[in-house]
Amino acid sequence: MSFQPVKFYQTGTFTVGNRLLAPDQRSVQANMERTNSLNSGHRACQGCGEALGARYAIDAAMHATDKQMVAVNATGCLEVFSTPYPETSWQVPWIHSLFGNAAAVATGVSAALKVKRQKGVSGDVRVVAQGGDGGTTDIGFGCLSGMFERNDDVLYICYDNGGYMNTGIQRSSATPPAARTATTMPVGPEPGNPFGQGKFVPAIAMAHEIPYVATATVADLRDLEYKVRKAMTFRGARYIHILVPCPLGWGTASDETLRMSRLAKETGLFPVFEAERGELTHSTKIRRLLPVEEYLRPQKRFAHLFGKTPAVDTIARLQAIADKNIRKYDLLEKEAN
Amino acid sequence: MNKPFAITLDPGSSLANRTGTWRTERPVYVNRLPPCNNQCPAGEDIQGWLFHAESGNYEKAWQHLTKDNPFPAIMGRVCYHTCEGACNRANLDSAVGINSVERFLGDEAIKRKWKLVQPAAESGKHVLIVGGGPSGMSAAYHLRRLGHRVTVYEAGPMLGGMMRFGIPKYRLPREVLDAEMQRVVEMGVEVKLNAKVDNIQETMKAGNFDAAFLAVGAHIGKRTNIPAGAVSKIVDAVSVLRSMEGEEKPMLGRRVVVYGGGNTAIDVARTAKRMGAEPIIVYRRTRDKMPAHDFEVEEAMQEGVMIKWLSTIKKAGDASITVEKMELDANGFPQPTGEIETLEADSVVLALGQDVDLGLLEGVPGLEVTDGVVKVDANMMTGHAGIFAGGDMVPTERNITVGVGHGKKAAKNIDAWLRGITYVAPPKPPVATFERLNTWYYSDAPKTVRPMLDIIRRQSTFEEVQGGLDETNALFEARRCLSCGNCFECDNCYGVCPDNAVIKLGPGKGFQFNYDYCKGCGLCVSECPCGAINMVPENN
Repeated sequence: MSFQPVKFYQTGTFTVGNRLLAPDQRSVQANMERTNSLNSGHRACQGCGEALGARYAIDAAMHATDKQMVAVNATGCLEVFSTPYPETSWQVPWIHSLFGNAAAVATGVSAALKVKRQKGVSGDVRVVAQGGDGGTTDIGFGCLSGMFERNDDVLYICYDNGGYMNTGIQRSSATPPAARTATTMPVGPEPGNPFGQGKFVPAIAMAHEIPYVATATVADLRDLEYKVRKAMTFRGARYIHILVPCPLGWGTASDETLRMSRLAKETGLFPVFEAERGELTHSTKIRRLLPVEEYLRPQKRFAHLFGKTPAVDTIARLQAIADKNIRKYDLLEKEAN
Repeated sequence: MNKPFAITLDPGSSLANRTGTWRTERPVYVNRLPPCNNQCPAGEDIQGWLFHAESGNYEKAWQHLTKDNPFPAIMGRVCYHTCEGACNRANLDSAVGINSVERFLGDEAIKRKWKLVQPAAESGKHVLIVGGGPSGMSAAYHLRRLGHRVTVYEAGPMLGGMMRFGIPKYRLPREVLDAEMQRVVEMGVEVKLNAKVDNIQETMKAGNFDAAFLAVGAHIGKRTNIPAGAVSKIVDAVSVLRSMEGEEKPMLGRRVVVYGGGNTAIDVARTAKRMGAEPIIVYRRTRDKMPAHDFEVEEAMQEGVMIKWLSTIKKAGDASITVEKMELDANGFPQPTGEIETLEADSVVLALGQDVDLGLLEGVPGLEVTDGVVKVDANMMTGHAGIFAGGDMVPTERNITVGVGHGKKAAKNIDAWLRGITYVAPPKPPVATFERLNTWYYSDAPKTVRPMLDIIRRQSTFEEVQGGLDETNALFEARRCLSCGNCFECDNCYGVCPDNAVIKLGPGKGFQFNYDYCKGCGLCVSECPCGAINMVPENN
């Protein structure tokens, strides 16, 4: 049974809260008692999608585990802006080691907690590992794959903003094709990031046939919280991939973060779905299908596609990716008969 | 000092880092005027009462509504609901059915016998109200609520004015009218029926009144000079509609010609249809130029009322009339063509507008009458201090809702005048426009349609044509409200802030910004569904 949107309650489950819903139907974020795992005073840029996504996800995990959890953090924006020694914004048990080893550290923490539990020293404490796309899809990928393959009892959350943002916006393997970064400048016959083969880690996680894989965006809080809560009902390796727009790296206004994630989903460029043991079990349907141009045009990293002579071929190739996602992940509502 | 290896500092919290200093613009919560409220002639806080209806608290919704308008069950039937024409939701799917929710609340109040608020304290002042119609009874209610003693002089045998003697039963059932009039009387309003005021100054003096509100309406049907034979029957629409309330129903014959194009023409034609006649409306211009509301024209035509466009009556014979065909000139005015036609007619009903009976005002110093209506200032006061006027007898658009609005406005001004001050209306905030909404967040929900009475029964009986909503669909309809320009506690700002810089104060208390940490990203502004947050530049 997947997340059931509530209809006809003015805003239903589209908004963060809704006074018309019964208390048990409300979101964690609407609660005055939410953990605020990532507290005020952090140094993320204005309108940071990752800061928002991390609080959404970790608050939901804290709620699901009744605060019995440990967070393991890879190096990256999230760690740098939240924890400049000796200050931290984290209000959860939190550990940071290196850039590439978050999955391995989480495996170790999980093993240690298992021993403590067996010895009766502690109760059932769960482990959540988190990192950006650089620490997950590039540098930490070996550790992550190992964690999946061993089916260690860890929920790994990747906040995907499509590049190495705090070091100056370099390309990662999650950077979308044609996007400008510091290392993929809009010059030459194929400006921006080359199309390549792509590396969609949720699909790779599914190939490991781990208990649970899901994607989410910061624009759909209720869907995100549902997926974190559901992930905590499984034992073994779980993976959630959250799209988090980066105003700095994408070249968007700081108030457009949610709009950009909404557009990524509504165009089909970012498929939102769930899979269990390697099989697709549910996809969040597109509400109002839009052409990819709607998503690309507001972003300065794609500005070179919309110059004096628009790069129609490149836009068409990006549209083809969206179309394929829509087919592959079944993103459209079936026509009502 | 007992610290781990290589650690020299105690862990601190990022709360030491006041990121509010980064800000160049700050978000502030604002309230804007919803277009429905802005449009309402009776000054209802529509969005305010819908807010309570949304959570199913109908009594609270009704209490909130009746602060401005004591007649929701009447309004829910006869108001032309221009609020729905202004509704921002029309740009999304279709306007919120405000009128049907209002009627539901009004009917619930009658069913459950909810009472209006009693005045907290008596002022000791006594106000005379002349005319127990929508405007007079609205003023009576508001003045009573403010603690004044109120006496209504009504020339007719019952309260209601044009609501009783002008609006047919099939649009406003009399038990609904009686219930809402009675509720105002129960607040302690004194009523004198069959008490026509012939001289306002004498009546005021005799009763020792401190102020007066005149709302006698416009009950004299306008005549026009139609050459007619000795036996031709020419009557006016107001008299026909009035006599429908008495024992002796009007005798109009089989072929009834109604002359005019306003709502009264439609009302009288539909009334004639229900009495078994074959009404035909003769109007000198075209449908799009007709002053009657189009939905009423549509309903009349569905019921079998015939309409002859672009025609004027030249003369009336014994059993027929002669009409001349007209054509519109470049300015849209009808011009005669000389083309003549004869129509069978047992009677002609003139629905050409109404005049005010101003007899009671003779000899009042300072009082001015222009074009047959009484001149009033912005505070609804006539040229004579202490005498106020409203409704159809002052220059205005003539309908029930406007009358009710005049009653409320006059009551506020009379109250201020009695206390020796001038009432100043609070400034209106800017209107909440559609462009300021983030409509992504609203559920897709098309309008609920009210049931209509079956056509055969509409042609032969005076049963109410339009049905009401039941609880489920009234609730659904209320929840379609977008709450334009005013916070409805959706928690979006509280949720979407990446810096936890929005403080939730709890149900009914709203939110507050924590400017120590707000970086001014503007996400809360963009993601506020109803546009209740503004971004303003920082000055320092």
